[in-house]
Amino acid sequence: MDLTLKIWRQKDKNSAGQLVTYPLKNISPDMSFLEMLDVLNEELLVKGEDPVAFDHDCREGICGMCSLFINGRAHGPERGTTTCQLHMRHFNHGDTITIEPWRAAAFPVHKDLIVDRSAFDRIQQAGGYVSVNTGGVPDANEIAIPKTIADKAFDAATCIGCGACVAACKNASAMLFVSAKVSQLAMLPQGKVERKTRVENMVAQMDVEGFGACSNTGACAAECPVGISLDNIAMMNMEYLGAKASSENV
Amino acid sequence: MILDSKIPEGALAEKWDKHKFNVKLVNPANKRKYDIIVVGTGLAGASAAATLGELGYNVKAFCFQDSPRRAHSIAAQGGINAAKNYQNDGDSIYRLFYDTIKGGDYRAREANVYRLAQVSVDIIDQCVAQGVPFAREYGGLLANRSFGGAQVSRTFYARGQTGQQLLLGAYSALNRQVAYGKVKMYPRTEMLDLVMVDGKARGIVVRNLITGKIESHSAHAVVLATGGYGNVFFLSTNAMGSNATAAWRAHKKGALFANPCFTQIHPTCIPVSGDYQSKLTLMSESLRNDGRVWVPKTVETAQRLRKGEIKINDIKEEDRDYYLERKYPAFGNLVPRDVASRNAKLVCDEGRGVGSSGLAVFLDFADAIKREGQPAIAAKYGNLFEMYAKITDENPYESPMRIYPAVHYTMGGLWVDYNLMTNIPGLYATGECNFSDHGANRLGASALMQGLADGYFVIPYTIGDYLAQTPYDKVSTEHPAFKEAEQNVMSVTQRLLSIKGNRTVDDFHKALGLIMWDYCGMARNAEGLQFAKQEIRKLRDEFWQNVKVTGVNEELNQTLEKAHRVADFLELGELMVDDALHRNESCGGHFREEYQTPENEALRDDENYAYVAAWEYTGAGNQPVLHKEELKFENVKLTQRSYK
Amino acid sequence: MNWFTKTFSSTIGRKIIMSVTGLFLCSFLVVHLVGNLTLFYQDGGEAFNIYSHFMANNPVIRTMEIVLVLGFLFHIYDAIVLTRRNKAARPVGYAENHPQENSTWSSRNMGLLGTIILVFLLVHLWNFFVPARFGELEGVPNAEYTNLYAEVVKAFKNPIYVGLYVIAMIALAYHLIHGFQSAFQSLGLTHKKYTPFIKTFGVAFSVLISLGFALIPLYFFFFVNL
Repeated sequence: MDLTLKIWRQKDKNSAGQLVTYPLKNISPDMSFLEMLDVLNEELLVKGEDPVAFDHDCREGICGMCSLFINGRAHGPERGTTTCQLHMRHFNHGDTITIEPWRAAAFPVHKDLIVDRSAFDRIQQAGGYVSVNTGGVPDANEIAIPKTIADKAFDAATCIGCGACVAACKNASAMLFVSAKVSQLAMLPQGKVERKTRVENMVAQMDVEGFGACSNTGACAAECPVGISLDNIAMMNMEYLGAKASSENV
Repeated sequence: MILDSKIPEGALAEKWDKHKFNVKLVNPANKRKYDIIVVGTGLAGASAAATLGELGYNVKAFCFQDSPRRAHSIAAQGGINAAKNYQNDGDSIYRLFYDTIKGGDYRAREANVYRLAQVSVDIIDQCVAQGVPFAREYGGLLANRSFGGAQVSRTFYARGQTGQQLLLGAYSALNRQVAYGKVKMYPRTEMLDLVMVDGKARGIVVRNLITGKIESHSAHAVVLATGGYGNVFFLSTNAMGSNATAAWRAHKKGALFANPCFTQIHPTCIPVSGDYQSKLTLMSESLRNDGRVWVPKTVETAQRLRKGEIKINDIKEEDRDYYLERKYPAFGNLVPRDVASRNAKLVCDEGRGVGSSGLAVFLDFADAIKREGQPAIAAKYGNLFEMYAKITDENPYESPMRIYPAVHYTMGGLWVDYNLMTNIPGLYATGECNFSDHGANRLGASALMQGLADGYFVIPYTIGDYLAQTPYDKVSTEHPAFKEAEQNVMSVTQRLLSIKGNRTVDDFHKALGLIMWDYCGMARNAEGLQFAKQEIRKLRDEFWQNVKVTGVNEELNQTLEKAHRVADFLELGELMVDDALHRNESCGGHFREEYQTPENEALRDDENYAYVAAWEYTGAGNQPVLHKEELKFENVKLTQRSYK
Repeated sequence: MNWFTKTFSSTIGRKIIMSVTGLFLCSFLVVHLVGNLTLFYQDGGEAFNIYSHFMANNPVIRTMEIVLVLGFLFHIYDAIVLTRRNKAARPVGYAENHPQENSTWSSRNMGLLGTIILVFLLVHLWNFFVPARFGELEGVPNAEYTNLYAEVVKAFKNPIYVGLYVIAMIALAYHLIHGFQSAFQSLGLTHKKYTPFIKTFGVAFSVLISLGFALIPLYFFFFVNL
């Protein structure tokens, strides 16, 4: 199939960017979206032009490195799919495809389609862990965890940290991302010890990073490639309120 | 050079405990006087950085991804082995040790493997304490599944995303140390050289992948946890960014590279669909618990199927060849990876392969779905089935998956002693980056185990032993050795940018991958390997004449990043061929066609090749020098591996 | 800042204020609508005038009036603060964006809907509250209350007011359809068993309340003659 691509090109953080149009021919429907971009980049290179910079790594939908706002949707039009797992069979001959980076004040553009998501790491550093040192822990089977709880915690833990929730949210809110970790650990007995300080600190850091507030549109969960549920946000709200009311952190 | 593996004296089961007692300790108050560099933040790197930070060392951790959480350990699917014997099915530390040694076709060190089996139980405890949500039974206790190469259920798992959950556990521990200020994290930073002062590893030179700035970092010890080199083949299940550059540049500074030809070809991957393909996707080996592998019994049926004259369901049960179950009744579909892969290649070479290319076999879940129902199968493998459907546009609940082997893991790596230290004092290698625990073939669910064992439970002890004997004095990054290494990196970079040839980096990489796959892949022979060596040299010469790298160093330049990596692959590829050529036997993932039993099984030569081949770099284009570390087997009897 | 102000100036804290005040305002809507139903009494406005007299003079009601005003103020103030923050969180927008694929129109336009309601509210206060409390309404013979009913009739003979009121009630319906269940989500009150009920109830509540209010001007415009 033949396509017209409109891609955001931006030299670096401090430069202005713009959409640039590239025609692309003979794309196989079995290609992944990123393989289609590989083809474009090879063509650009041969012409001596600067290839399009985009983040990608595992190309299996699990590392969370790939991003891209494709035709007005985070990770493109297919639900529950990362860009690397999106295949060209979902597009048609003659389509024009607009490709933009994630847009958020907290995710500044490094170059072209690559953004800086280090804000996510800093939020995790604020409390997304259980404070245990290596060694000196009880036997794994000493803590029995009901299967339903373990499964729910697992569902929250599958977040890949790609940032699609922020990209899709009209407020560029990171609530789904933060709540996935908060509720995973709040549900598990191992995480309960520090649950109050954890939610207080992670939410504070989230606010410092400049993400917007949640207005419960549900866009984040709808566009999340791994299906993180909105219930996590509700759970975090409750955790937060409870922690603020009862913790001794003044 | 004499390779001293520093294996402690004493009975196998006591070596590690004794060694832990004998190693020198650094006083808690003095730990803060030592700086440690950890390169790579996968399971081995993140766990090491976190644990060393907890102990009180000053750690600097580096990764090329935008966040440590994205290291490729995250993509491991199936599970992690541990000799917990929670299932009461006869597992033990000794059995895990034995399975691993045997699975590795007797080319691994007994002492290392035994230690691995010992600490495996601690890993599970540690991960659960961190909040890793492993699969559980209704009673609330941990669940297990079985995996290839073992007859017990000892694999702990988190649906098909075990690597992700374990890595996020290690990442959380790492984050905690970053928050405490004990670990300084450098994402989007790539190591491009090792710096040695007075014969010891004292730092690294890195490139900031955003600004292109070349920077130096000094430390008392350097830990490389940079993963494997499967991307030499271009197409592999590794991540696009996975590379050998850190390890290879350490090798060029004198670190020996051991058993480079031992690469693992994973049997259950989604077949290649076109020449634009950028990577291959693995389907967890755990699928072989319930999936049955088959091809049509006759070449003729296979041909008709490929042409579309008949449908899969037209092939009657008696016309299907469940070749693994037929040939290996004891292990059936759960034979080790090398055996499963080779047999897939065998049936496809016979012309009985399926799919448009004929390079695929079926993995069929019809019986399992009939037996357990679709919901039960979906609960176990749901995400894998979805992934398969997304990539191939076929529904594996309705028709069998098509799979074919693909490069997955490299057992070879930097040579390390029992302390995981390379032959360069102060330079350590952990996880897939070293060669030590899997011999010639790695069993499923053992990579996660090794990565975390090295990082959480081995290196924190052994690095202390070295540091306790190292003065506190720091080396300034103004030291001539750093300046020289920076110069070296700059000049390689400038050279790559100034060639301005006609062929892209990817094009060279693909060409190299094809040579490697055809001549140094699932089956090798002397003639092919000799040919490959010449081809790689030609390709490398052309690379340095004709590669096209656009842009400049002082920017985010992904083409330049790739060029550095492919330049190293072009050298490493030749070393793999050299190693494969010199090893005149078949073992594990190294299958030399000249050396096979009448039943096409690998034929080892224990008399002449029961050693680790550690290669020394001797300059660009020069023949490397081979050093041998004899492998002594005092506890297991070397036998022809049999899974019948 | 102490812990209290810190809590309620965080994004989640502000959302909690939004939802608590929102639910409180919902309760006000119920009371207000129930009272207004007296307008449908065909007694020349007697019941309504008694009711409005009671509302204007009862000390409990007068106290609640202050709480109500505070409720509105906090709801509006936090909405403005959050909207400004949310706009700042995405300084560069998308060239192409299809949010309709992932969220409902009302959920994305609460600010717009709220603004319509606010404009309506000001007009509404000007129409009835200001004259009732501060103006000189004509008295009702032989009664100690004034004739607010006459004002209602007068206002709702004006098609512009009727139009504005109906449009505002449609906006209110959409505002509540998202807002009602959203408040429970913000407060963390979700449950597999009860959330589906809350959602259904929220929609029914929003439609019924808004419809009830919208019927009043329409009723007077079409069916009541002076």
